[in-house]
Order: sequence, then C-alpha cells, then structure tokens
Amino acid sequence: MGKMRSRGVSCALLTSGLLLAAAGAQAGASTPAMLSNACAGCHGTHGESAGPSMPSLAGQSKAAIVTAMKEFKGIPKKDAEGKPVLDKDGKPVLETRTSTVMGRLAKGYTDAEIEAMGDFFAGQKHHSPAQAVDKAKVAKGAELQEKHCIRCHVEDGKEGKDNSPIMAGQWLKYLQVQMDLYTGGQRKMSEKMAEKVKPLSKEELDAVLHFYASVK
Amino acid sequence: MTLDRRSFLKFLGAGVGAAGAPMISRAADFMPKKGRRVVVVGGGYGGTIAAKYIRMMDASIEVVLIERNKQFISCPFSNYYIGGLISDLAPLTIGYDKLTANHGIKLVHAEVTGIDPAAKVVATANGNIAYDRLIVSPGVEFRTSEIEGYDDKTDQAIPHAWKAGEQTILLRKQLEAMKDGGTVIVSMPLVPYRCPPGPYERVSLIAHYLKQHKPKSKVFLLDANSDVVAKKPLFMKAWKEQYAGIMEYVPSKKVTKVDAATKTLFVEGLEDHKGDVVNFIPPQRAGAIAVKAGLVEAGGNWCPVNATTFESTLHKDIHVIGDSCLAGAMPKSGYSANSQAKVCATNVVALMNGKETVDLSGINVCYSAINDHESISVAGVYKVAEGKIIAVPNSGGISPVDFSQTRLEHLYAESWLKNILTEMSS
Ligand SMILES: Cc1cc2nc3c(=O)[nH]c(=O)nc-3n(C[C@H](O)[C@H](O)[C@H](O)COP(=O)(O)OP(=O)(O)OC[C@H]3O[C@@H](n4cnc5c(N)ncnc54)[C@H](O)[C@@H]3O)c2cc1C
Repeated sequence: MGKMRSRGVSCALLTSGLLLAAAGAQAGASTPAMLSNACAGCHGTHGESAGPSMPSLAGQSKAAIVTAMKEFKGIPKKDAEGKPVLDKDGKPVLETRTSTVMGRLAKGYTDAEIEAMGDFFAGQKHHSPAQAVDKAKVAKGAELQEKHCIRCHVEDGKEGKDNSPIMAGQWLKYLQVQMDLYTGGQRKMSEKMAEKVKPLSKEELDAVLHFYASVK
Repeated sequence: MTLDRRSFLKFLGAGVGAAGAPMISRAADFMPKKGRRVVVVGGGYGGTIAAKYIRMMDASIEVVLIERNKQFISCPFSNYYIGGLISDLAPLTIGYDKLTANHGIKLVHAEVTGIDPAAKVVATANGNIAYDRLIVSPGVEFRTSEIEGYDDKTDQAIPHAWKAGEQTILLRKQLEAMKDGGTVIVSMPLVPYRCPPGPYERVSLIAHYLKQHKPKSKVFLLDANSDVVAKKPLFMKAWKEQYAGIMEYVPSKKVTKVDAATKTLFVEGLEDHKGDVVNFIPPQRAGAIAVKAGLVEAGGNWCPVNATTFESTLHKDIHVIGDSCLAGAMPKSGYSANSQAKVCATNVVALMNGKETVDLSGINVCYSAINDHESISVAGVYKVAEGKIIAVPNSGGISPVDFSQTRLEHLYAESWLKNILTEMSS
C-alpha cells in the first residue's frame, strides 16, 4: 500500500467516521432484530432452538408469542364484571404463567417491544429439528389430535387459531415438559383446552405430542 | 483538509502515543485488504458471535476471525466436569469449521501479538492484518503479579481452572486422587472477575462430589469478598440444606501469597491455609492483548467502551466486548458476551454503512448447578440510559428461594448450553 495514498484515504475515512460518531451519539430506538437477537442465547439463532427442552420460536405465530410473553409478565386479573381485581395494597392482582427465567425477563419489555419480537420470530423460517419420535405413538396421536385438538391447533398443528401456538415440528421434550406442567396444575389451561384434554390418558396425551413433534 | 493521521487523532483527543499503544513493525500484510474489513480477535463467547452476526447482517463486509486455538472449550459447564456430573469435555468443545463455512468468515489460527490503533493493523505470528474496524473479545488475564510466590508453574500444582481445558482436567484429577478425609480449598478474588456465581457453583459441585464419594472430606471457600456476591440466598440455602458439614463458606479472605510446593494460601500475608487440593482463582483483568493495546483505563483493569457501539473510548475504530469491557450493569458472563457481540455487530455494520446506530437491548441468563439435578439462575434485561448500560427497572432477578423451579432449571440449563454453543459454532 503506497504511503501517500493510504494517508489520503484514511483521512477521508476518518472524516466520515467523525460525522458518524456524532450521529451515533443519538442512537435510534431499539429494532425488532436488536430486541430478538438477545433471545437467541437460549432459543437459538433466529429462534431456531438446538436444545430439546427449549422451544423453537422461528416461525411461531405472532399472536402465540405475544400471548406467552404477556402471560409471563402477568395479566391483570378481572372480576366477573370485568373490573381489575386489587390486592390489599390496592395493586392489581396479576395472573402469571409458570416459568423459570421467562417471567423475570418478560418484565423487562414494553408491550410494543413484545409485539416487535413477535413480528421478528413469526417472520423467521421454521425448520423441524431432527429428533427421535415413536412411530406407533405418532400414528395414534395423529388420530387423537383430529378428534381433540384440531379446532385450535389447525392443520396438523401447522397453524394456530387465534393465539394458539403452532405445534408442528416443535421439540418433543419441550412439549412434554409443558404438558406435565399443565396436567400437574402448574400451568393453567384455557377452558376450551381443559375440556379437550380431560378425557385423554397420560399415554394418549404423549401420543399427541409425538405426533406434533413428527410433523415436518 | 490535509491533516495527517497523527495530528488528526490528536485533534480528536485520542492521543495515540499518549495512550502508550505499542507501534508494531511494518511487516508484510499477510492478508492484503481489498474491500471493507472487520477483524475480530478471540473466537470465544463474544468473538464468534460478533463475526457471525456481521456476516449475517452485511455479507459485503469481509470478516477475519483470529483465534489462537483450534478448538474452543467452554467455561460454562466446566464445573459439571469438576464435580463429576459429566465425564469428559466433549459437550463443551466446539470447532470453527461450520461457523466459518456457513458464514464465509476467514479464520486465522494465530496468536495476536499487537494492535496498532493508528495504522489500524493487527500483528500476528503469521504477519500483519489491516482492518477498518476491530472487535476485541479476548476474555481475561490473571493478575498474578499481585500474588507473592506465584510463577508460571504455580497453576500446575494449584490449578485455577478458570480457563477451561487442561486446567479443568487437572483439578478434577486432583480431586479424584485425594484421599477421603482430605481438605479442598477454593479461593476466589474480589469483584469484578469472570462469572460472578462461578466460584459458588464450583464449591457446590465439589461438595456434591465429596458428599457422594469422599464424605469424610471437606471443602472450604475462601471468598475475598465480605459476602456472597451472586445468587446469595439461593447458594446459602443449598449449602445449609445440602452440604452442611461438608462445605464451609469463609468470607473476607483475600489471598495475597501462595506457596505451590506446600499447597498453602496466605490471607493478607498472615494466616495460612493448607489444603490437599487447592484451587486458587487469581484476580483478573482484561485479556492480555487488550492491556497491551492500551485499551484498559488508566489505573483500572478493564476497557471502557461506548454503551451502544462498544467502541473503545480510548482508541477509535476498536470495539471491546465480553469479559474485557466495562459494560455497566451487565455481568461478566458468556451470555452477556453473546448479547454484547450482537449489539456491537449491529452497530459496527451501521457505522460502516453510514446508518444510524441502534441502542443496546441486552440479556443475561446464567444458570448454576447446585447438585446433579438442581440448578438456580439469575436473569436480567438491559438497556441504555444516559449513556450507561442499566438493568431495566422492575425486571430480572434470581430463582424463587423455595427451590420450586430447580429441577426445571437444571433441564433448561442443558438446552441453554446446547443452544449457545450451537450459535457459536454454526
Ligand atoms: C467456571 C466458569 C463457569 C462459567 N459459567 C458460566 C455460565 O454458566 N454462564 C455464562 O454465561 N458464563 C459463564 N462463565 C463465564 C464465561 O466463560 C465468560 O464470561 C465468557 O467466556 C466471556 O467471553 P469472552 O468472549 O469475553 O472470552 P472467552 O470466551 O474466554 O474467549 C476469548 C477467546 O480469545 C482467545 N484469545 C485471547 N487472546 C488472544 C490472542 N492474543 N490471540 C488469539 N486469540 C486470543 C482465547 O483463546 C479465547 O478463545 C463461566 C466462567 C467460568 C470460569
């Protein structure tokens, strides 16, 4: 590299650098990617999880992600008349979804930020992970879900009605952990879901999960 | 404007010479720079992610990643090995093949020996490499010169095991070889150091091992700090309920002198503590190359950076992430390094394309195992306020103290490791 020329070039570069540094002083508000990339440490690059107990978020429906995040944060409980229920200190009582770190993390985001993250992950392409499923259970589960789940987990779980999550190609281990939380009473089912799940045995529920995990 | 580089930098107040950065010899450029180039020093928790995300965001920028080792061994989960929860380091070991192939990152396996911030050149054993912007993520260096009696053989007798690999294996071997009824001493430095809960997790898992295999033995934790500095109520509960009689926590014990031959630690040069196995974790500072390049603040041990771009406040066009940087409220963890790398990558790409930078939004999640089936965690969300990285108010915190989530957290911790190492290696 010629010395004279390189000086000229770096001077020009530096000048533009100075202007940029000034622009950088007023950094812009967070972007969907900035918010969501931070989640990838646990949920995988672009929300594609490589860990069996951690759900993939890539390609999940926005409504399901936003609902989950708001439930982790806590949703103000309402009484029969639709008025917020208050505790003895006059603070609204929150209904929160059981979680480990997610409750603590979700509280760090505004509703607008949660919407932005929902958009980001919904816009990523989902790839079903390679995982072992039991063929007999898959076949049995395929039938059971047609009868019990299909109204909300539409099209073999490839779509979700309203805020029902997409189930297709999710990690089996994650689905099983969540089902255990549901049946163990630690995670609250919607009335609709409770009604459908009630008649199913533990084995039958597991078969349904094997089915969803198997869908590509 | 015909200001030359030197006077221009002075004009900016950067004062290259004043910061004492060594000028490196003008060896031949080993990889002549054609287009726009970012060089990343250190292929660990921070560096791999910075390199990958820059390429994902703008494939027109050439990225050169320089790392001394052919494989990276993760510190996270190395305590599992020390406590006997896993039997080899394979689950903690990643290579660079897929990462570099998938993203077109140019990998140079070499030791970085110098950085010239004025000439914008990095020196390696293979030759010089020029950059437009440099990202430095070299982890930590031990401040062993502050410890009387510590030399370059000390860690063979009393391992630190605070960089994963041979040291981790050595400490495990010593524990296995120790007779039942022996004494283990773990000594940890004052904050800040790499991974605040790490030493507490380590003693918990050593106690777990002793409880099962050498129940007449005892492990002492000599903490230089006056109190437990991370996840305190959770660790205290685990120690009381699970390791009473086998593990003892001793605060305010700052070790200033060691005698490797007799495996003795001296607290403030006075009291001495002799163990059958001694794990001495020395005080730390920014990685050696960051120190050498003049990126560390005067009178301090770490690198001051802009809270949004992670650009050094001492040298222009050099960004410092991970353990080496001063990142406000974000702790020195692998998760923080991962999160900072993405923020830095976003803004390096923005700056190189003349776009507006984006304020930091960051996360830290850190799990600690307390035995072979229970883990506890701390989690936080971070943002920038008035130029500083702060924890978002009313968010984050530690696991419930009733231990109602410990089994689930143990399960999630395994998937965390799998995901974060997959992010780094593909
Ligand atoms: C026992 C233990 C347990 C831990 N557990 C957790 C945990 O559970 N969760 C968590 O989030 N964090 C944990 N940490 C912390 C985590 O390991 C660090 O915070 C993280 O590694 C920091 O990333 P980094 O990029 O700054 O440095 P590193 O990951 O150490 O990467 C630095 C890289 O740079 C290379 N390098 C340095 N200098 C040069 C040079 N001059 N030339 C070439 N290459 C160079 C090194 O070889 C290395 O590969 C733990 C740490 C320890 C010690």
